[in-house]
Amino acid sequence: MSEGLAVQGYISEQELRDAPGIPSALRRSRGPVAVIECIQPIPCNPCEASCRAEAISVGSDITALPRLDEDKCIGCYTCVPICPGQAIFVVDESLPGDQATIAMPYEFLPLPEEGEKVIALDRGGAELGEAEVARVQKSKRMNQTAMVTLNIPKGWTMRARAFRLTR
Amino acid sequence: MQRYELVCVGAGPAGLAGAIEAARYGAQVVVYDENERPGGQLFKQIHKFFGSREHRAGERGFDIGQSLLEQARELGVEVVLNATVLGIYEGGELQIRQEDTIFPVHGQKVLIATGASENMIPFPGWTLPGVIGAGAAQTMANLHGVRPGKRLLMVGAGNVGLVVSYQMLQAGCQVAAVIDAAPAIGGYGVHAAKVARQGVPFYMSQTVLQAHGADHVEGVTMARVDDKWQPVPGSEQSLEVDTICLAVGLNPMTQLCRMAHCQTVFVPALGGHVPAHDQNQETTVPGYYVAGDVSGIEEASSAIIQGRVAGLAVAHSLGYLSDEDFAAQQQEQLQSMRGLRHGPFGQARADGKELLARSVQEARQ
Repeated sequence: MSEGLAVQGYISEQELRDAPGIPSALRRSRGPVAVIECIQPIPCNPCEASCRAEAISVGSDITALPRLDEDKCIGCYTCVPICPGQAIFVVDESLPGDQATIAMPYEFLPLPEEGEKVIALDRGGAELGEAEVARVQKSKRMNQTAMVTLNIPKGWTMRARAFRLTR
Repeated sequence: MQRYELVCVGAGPAGLAGAIEAARYGAQVVVYDENERPGGQLFKQIHKFFGSREHRAGERGFDIGQSLLEQARELGVEVVLNATVLGIYEGGELQIRQEDTIFPVHGQKVLIATGASENMIPFPGWTLPGVIGAGAAQTMANLHGVRPGKRLLMVGAGNVGLVVSYQMLQAGCQVAAVIDAAPAIGGYGVHAAKVARQGVPFYMSQTVLQAHGADHVEGVTMARVDDKWQPVPGSEQSLEVDTICLAVGLNPMTQLCRMAHCQTVFVPALGGHVPAHDQNQETTVPGYYVAGDVSGIEEASSAIIQGRVAGLAVAHSLGYLSDEDFAAQQQEQLQSMRGLRHGPFGQARADGKELLARSVQEARQ
């Protein structure tokens, strides 16, 4: 065992390919869709309960992995701040041009401002480069987890998973 | 002497949940806690809980603690703080110390929910200021708003180490690394991933050799360990840190259980010596119950369910709950408990609990 979630602390490419919550490249190109990076059987199912499109299923055994039905997912962003493990992102590769967006949960202060330039980080915290904050959302239902949407190059949608402020 | 139908020792999630459940059906309940604030560890838990809606998944520990306190208050549960239970004797007698006064109370039933203490690992320099437990780090940052250090090393990659590493990042500390002597991360991957994506490296099969510094921690030397847990010569590396945070496991606080002559069993998966108990949470001493980490290390959601199960059993045995109602309510809680212990992360704990239940049966025969 030299790589992967249980050793490095983040999901390897192979683990990502095997996960039941990852939408196909084709689906990602069609519009916003959830990317569920939950690959261990832990007892948890708020994602399933939060999905009004019934696109996420866990089932009665709550340790089962969440399964994404990519055709049912409407890319509504509801599950992103709900996941207690901060393991769900929404990517949108359907925009014209090279740019895409990624929405991620964020629990640090200060919050970034819309339009601010930040440094996008990958799953291991390595810098990918500059990204722009498109939206910062908070609501009571999100229970103090903010959701930050970044404008990023299309090539980063399956890599960028965090960011750091430059100020 | 003051008399109660149920005396709970510990106002954490298990003790409060037990008190609430027993009081809900009419029992007269008191809860003693040696701390100045109730809630046990719940008010330090600023992360969202896992589980299902019935486990209050997605809610944060301090909110769950607040609602337990409110329920207890509404039901007339007496919560006495700064009150240390010095002893538990036969027949439901307890001695309580509050400031300079020591007084006896009598409980027809007793629920011991004393929680756990943190394990520590000794190494040269471990008494230097700056070597702290993960619980202390949480107390400083999450209760008192004090940053424990500028740059810290987390020792232990179980759920406590992972959750506290993330909380230290939230508090504005740099986390230099998370290390563990085990070859793999023991806690949930999602907790690790939140820390890793902030750029924190994980070093497995790694141990602390020494903390450096004259009058406080200024650095640490670590080394890789082989499959016999021995440091590998030549693998040493040093980090500049001012804080070394130890999250190397928890141990059930069974002193009062032992004093009450509750039989204990050694179950490593549950944190060490644990009082044997049946599915009512009742120990080998009739009328004495345990719940929460003292009955085996798990987490707050499990502690709440165990507290409820004990509270239901108390209400039933006091005659406040009919056999049918008790059976139905208990089944619901046990079902919810099974959900949390299912899967590879919970199997060893589920097996441990079965062993404890068998031990009670044997002791009673």
